[in-house]
Amino acid sequence: MSKVPAELKYSAEHEWVSSAVDGVVTLGITDFAQSELGDVVYVDLPEVGNTYAAGDSIGAVESVKAASDVYTPVSGEVVEVNEELSNDPATVNRDAFVAGWICKIRLNAPAELDGLMDAAAYTDFCK
Amino acid sequence: MKSTPLCEKHVQLGAKMVPFAGWNMPVQYEGILAEHHAVRTGCGVFDISHMGQFVVTGTGAKAWLNTMFTNNLDKLTDGVGQYSMMLNEHGGVIDDLIIYRLGEERYFVVVNASMIDEDYAWLIAHKPEGVTLKNESADYVGLAVQGPKCQEVFARLCPGVQLPVRNGILSFTEGSDELIVCRTGYTGEDGFEFFCPAGQGVKWFEKVIASGAKPCGLGARDSLRLEMCYSLNGSDLSPEKTPLEAGLSWCCDLTKDFIGVQTLRAQKANGRPTALVAIEYTEKGAPPRHGYEVQLPDGTPLGELCSGVLSPTLGKGIAMAYVPTQYAKAGTEVRVVVRGKGVPAVIVKKPFLKK
Repeated sequence: MSKVPAELKYSAEHEWVSSAVDGVVTLGITDFAQSELGDVVYVDLPEVGNTYAAGDSIGAVESVKAASDVYTPVSGEVVEVNEELSNDPATVNRDAFVAGWICKIRLNAPAELDGLMDAAAYTDFCK
Repeated sequence: MKSTPLCEKHVQLGAKMVPFAGWNMPVQYEGILAEHHAVRTGCGVFDISHMGQFVVTGTGAKAWLNTMFTNNLDKLTDGVGQYSMMLNEHGGVIDDLIIYRLGEERYFVVVNASMIDEDYAWLIAHKPEGVTLKNESADYVGLAVQGPKCQEVFARLCPGVQLPVRNGILSFTEGSDELIVCRTGYTGEDGFEFFCPAGQGVKWFEKVIASGAKPCGLGARDSLRLEMCYSLNGSDLSPEKTPLEAGLSWCCDLTKDFIGVQTLRAQKANGRPTALVAIEYTEKGAPPRHGYEVQLPDGTPLGELCSGVLSPTLGKGIAMAYVPTQYAKAGTEVRVVVRGKGVPAVIVKKPFLKK
């Protein structure tokens, strides 16, 4: 079974979201998601300044064989993206939960975090 | 969904299984990139048991097959094969195949997995009296062993046996197993395709791996063949396109009569409406994929990608598409539309990987 850090929240689309720091969360795809995709060769990052509603596609993570949309489970404005993924997309494979983060979002509706799965629920969800 | 006799072994080796042409096949084991590079630098083995094998025998077999396939069987001697195509009445491609001459009136034909039933029905419908066509597809496990180190692998696998020459075929017995080895492949590397009795498949697959070949899935098979611009039926070949449009005139002998030849002669005389071109990204962009639109830089649509991948060897997007012939020249600037964004690209000479 892939790693599922206890301090993060999870969506049914296999994204993870950190706790908010000054109203900003970090978002990425889970270790399970990267392992299902295989070798990541391209990450389509959102643009800083764009605002999204929960459930919107904000970009894509692509392996050799498949393109997978990244959906934000929270509403808000993108305040930072992980430019490093343009140079080395395989970071998502090696370290999905830390170095492989995709973007930071300033929350419009912090209560949306409560609707996400915790680590135990997500672990069950992946079974 | 059909499975090859190696299915359980694939799962045991950690393969991710996916549906392909009605078969449950391994798309990758360790990873597509590692498997791709293994074949370019060492040796890999692919399960090709899903592919079809026909045996055609009897007086008149050669004359008949020359009317069914585009390439000329008169070029073959015993133990030698050729790439060829089977066309419909309009010159469109039903299937691409490799045919080996075992004897003057005895041929071994390897066809695509997805086309076994259709090919067989088409051949039977046109078959004259006196010629026998047998579908032996279920009798074999097929292993494609590919890469610059394939000769060393074969030397360990079948000590004392000499690999046939390029495009050659050799039948021999090892223990009590009747084996067939063809010096061919679909990766651009030296390699051979190995056919053994289906019931002995797992044993031979294990032997090939123990002899130094890395198990490789369909993912790497696709990226390897596309770097060489080898066509995939169903993606790059279709009943609506002729082999001339696909750039395969080299395997069509227009001086002989075969089904579909009239269309090919007319296209040769008057020009092809479209041509399958090789397209290479000139800037970084999301991987090109089947179905993405190709445009001129001003937005004029040219067609859709048949195949596409981010080339593991070249590190850039590569793809093939049918475009109107006036835009098919190498050097023509185009763009590939990915999620609404145009990625700059250029039409290049085939293949992408110059060896």
